[in-house]
Amino acid sequence: MAKKIVITGIGASTPLGGDVRSTWEALLAGESGTHALTHPWIEEYSLPVTFAAEAKVRPEEILARPEAKRLDPSSQFALISALEAWADAGSPDVEPERLGVDYATGIGGLWTLLDAWDTLREKGPRRVLPMTVPMLMPNAAAAAISMKFHARAFARTVASACASSVESIASAYEHLQIGAADVVIAGGTESAIHPITLAAFSSMQALSKRNDDPEHASRPYSIDRDGFVMGEGAATLILETEEHALARGAHIYAELAGTSVTADSYHITAPDPEGWGASRAMRQALEQAGATAEQVTHINAHATSTPVGDVAEYKAILAVFGDRTGSIPVSATKASTGHLLGGTGALEAIFTTLAIQDRLAPPTINLTEKDPETPLLVSSDAQPLGEGPQVALCNSFGFGGHNAVAVIRDYAA
Amino acid sequence: MALSKDEILAGLAELVNEETGIAAESVLLEKSFTDDLDIDSISMMTIVVNAEEKFDVKIPDDVVTSLKTVGDAVNFIVAAQA
Repeated sequence: MAKKIVITGIGASTPLGGDVRSTWEALLAGESGTHALTHPWIEEYSLPVTFAAEAKVRPEEILARPEAKRLDPSSQFALISALEAWADAGSPDVEPERLGVDYATGIGGLWTLLDAWDTLREKGPRRVLPMTVPMLMPNAAAAAISMKFHARAFARTVASACASSVESIASAYEHLQIGAADVVIAGGTESAIHPITLAAFSSMQALSKRNDDPEHASRPYSIDRDGFVMGEGAATLILETEEHALARGAHIYAELAGTSVTADSYHITAPDPEGWGASRAMRQALEQAGATAEQVTHINAHATSTPVGDVAEYKAILAVFGDRTGSIPVSATKASTGHLLGGTGALEAIFTTLAIQDRLAPPTINLTEKDPETPLLVSSDAQPLGEGPQVALCNSFGFGGHNAVAVIRDYAA
Repeated sequence: MALSKDEILAGLAELVNEETGIAAESVLLEKSFTDDLDIDSISMMTIVVNAEEKFDVKIPDDVVTSLKTVGDAVNFIVAAQA
């Protein structure tokens, strides 16, 4: 008999706000977290893309200086969102050996690595700081969280590009099901708004180049979308077995009812154009949840605003939901947040959770003219989800052909 | 121009504070880096790397292990500057 897994805490450091509350309010208000970048390196390298969605959080104001100095910005975001989620969950009293960490990043400590490379070239090897490797390693965030909260069951890292943090939620689900922990701190982070990534993603024609209008650059499902917008930040969920949550009288946001991870085995960056891997992930996640496609009331789509990706996901959704496709409220929240890469899935899982709680699908901004090739029920206004039972999907897909889906529904004892 | 012993102590205390958060006033000549200030080896090496840059000296790895107290480090830097 499968255990019931529940969500009892949430935290986020995002381009819309320094915490979940401010982020959710800004999202519902239709705000954009994308702005022109003012860093000197924009002009220095004549970058083809001059905007991004930077996190609205100042780690140096929250973390003690010696602690912050030992963490890459990606780990700083992770730790700040984990502190919020942990407090939100009521700082669970749990045996260290029963507390685990499943955390994700798409790229890892990019700033640390490249700053160290600059130091090596400018000043020589003796000036490369001893903390360089422990700061740049992809498992740094998981390790920092494990140390902060005395999590000794395990501290594991998932890296599957933009699918990473729904995949870390899937890992947490599995770890809780097999009894490896009673509580898991799950999520993902990224801090990769750097000249190298802006140059590289531009080279592959993946980024929007709407330099004259950054706030409207991320426009999933719009006919004139031209690529994704780089974002940064982290999101963390506290997941635990229902038994453990009830025993400590925790507030339960929703049930993490099922998850699934599949691989396209098609192309290193392009999604399978028919979205087979994605639709298989959605079906499997629903099956694990013991739910049917007919019961689904909301989808938080991956929808990055690339011309090809949004259509492939539409086809995948169509394959699963058939005639109902156009009647399920869909949200493409990257329109507001930009794309947080390894942090994106966990953030969208939080949005999915809050959508269920508030019975409100958040708006998809910048929809001027909907693409007829993606006829989904999306709106630039928040859409009511009705008073009935809610079953929602959160989709995340990544370079490498990774597909990860989480099913989140109302908690009922 | 070589720095005085007091100036080096003040500069070193600043580096220790930046790396560890330990108040600069408690970085005194007689304090042991490990026993009194509780500085781990990776922080010690970070302080050494930063001190080399700040005072424009070389502190070889085999010397680092012999610098038990703040005073040892200050004396070494004073001599290395000369």
